[in-house]
Amino acid sequence: MKAFLAIVHRDLLLVIRRKNEVLASLSFFVIVTSLFPLGIGADPALLRKVAPGVIWVAALLSTMLGLQRMFAADFADGTLEQMVLSPTPLILLVAGKITAHWIVSGLPLVLLAPLMGIQFDLHLGTLGIFMAALLLGTPVLSLIGSIGAALTLGVRGGGVLLSLLILPLYIPALVFGAGAVYANESGMDAGGHLSLLAALLVLAAFFAPWATTAAIRIAVE
Amino acid sequence: MSNRLLNWFKFASPASFYPLAGRMVPWFWALAAVFGAAGLWISLFVAPPDAVQGNGYRIIFVHVPASWMSMFIYLVMAMWAGLGLVFNTRLSAMMAQALAPTGAMMAFLSLWTGAFWGKPMWGAWWVWDARLTSELILLFLYLGFITLQAAIDDPRRADKAGAILALVGVVNVPIIYFSVKWWNTLHQGASVSVNKAPAMAHTMLLGMLLMALCFWMYAAAVAFRRVRAIILEREAHTEWASRLDEVMS
Repeated sequence: MKAFLAIVHRDLLLVIRRKNEVLASLSFFVIVTSLFPLGIGADPALLRKVAPGVIWVAALLSTMLGLQRMFAADFADGTLEQMVLSPTPLILLVAGKITAHWIVSGLPLVLLAPLMGIQFDLHLGTLGIFMAALLLGTPVLSLIGSIGAALTLGVRGGGVLLSLLILPLYIPALVFGAGAVYANESGMDAGGHLSLLAALLVLAAFFAPWATTAAIRIAVE
Repeated sequence: MSNRLLNWFKFASPASFYPLAGRMVPWFWALAAVFGAAGLWISLFVAPPDAVQGNGYRIIFVHVPASWMSMFIYLVMAMWAGLGLVFNTRLSAMMAQALAPTGAMMAFLSLWTGAFWGKPMWGAWWVWDARLTSELILLFLYLGFITLQAAIDDPRRADKAGAILALVGVVNVPIIYFSVKWWNTLHQGASVSVNKAPAMAHTMLLGMLLMALCFWMYAAAVAFRRVRAIILEREAHTEWASRLDEVMS
């Protein structure tokens, strides 16, 4: 547990020392969502209809941007190899890195989403559901994304490849996450979608660090 | 006992599997041709027109076998990939690599014939329905697997990385298969299932099964042909490969 916290602390510290990378992917999120009203017209009814999907897709893409950062620098300077060799179970360290990635790229999205929701004229009650869906969904994105980040370590054209591998696996989170908001917006109960999202989170939390660990071992082998 | 085990593992070596695959390929081609000829004859001439869809339904004889094979090949591919990961056998990973392009082709064929079928019956080439979407994801998974393997230079690392991806993606196959049951979708329910009488005429069923067997044999023939090429490529430095007739000539 101490090692886990140490890794989280270290990764957060590294991010704070180089803020602009994180701020860039957050600005990306804000810019992409702001482009849609300009592209499709500012009709409030239409915006309210596309908002959940647009904001979720923007969240997927901005999470993707940060994924490569998760292991690449440590892989390049050999830190990752030392982590593999260390007596602490690698899976704990990986879980720490995933957590740090989520705190940096997932949590800010949860906090930014209401702002974007207001831009898209969503009802105030819906915003709460939106935040709940993102709170359950963004860790899933970080967890599944870590598998892709580990698989593409040191691979030619890693960035594009990463999106090709990971985006199809993000679809369930997108469907249920946006579905919860749509359900609430049209006056239905969002509980079912949120439960499925929570189930996804549990599954991903159980399996993803394990797969990521295996992928890292292959990469540093 | 130990003798039998030895025999079983004998073909895990590329050197002994290469000639075996070479001997099997013509048989699979022949079976594919026989099943294909019989299946096409039954499906085009013997099977009666459908009560509702007329003759338009006949694309089912390509569509359903292609869909089945796209899912089945993914499962087989993931199985080989998993075996390769667990036992560290090179041949298993080569089999997985050889199956992927055929599987991707089947998934594409299934979507394409589905679009041809959907246009006259539903009035749309494509609908965002659970089964269609998950089949599309299956195609993406195949493409991701192929691209990942192609992007990594070290073949052993490519094998293992691809194996992990294949195993992660295997979750999607049951979702495709049961999507029609779980969600109330536009796509019709399964016409054939193990535990109830088929909801179609016997000749139609026979035609479809024959076509499925034809596709299956074709997939085996192509996969073995491809795995031979992969073996030659990777084992080019070995002595047994340099003594092969096709390499010497």
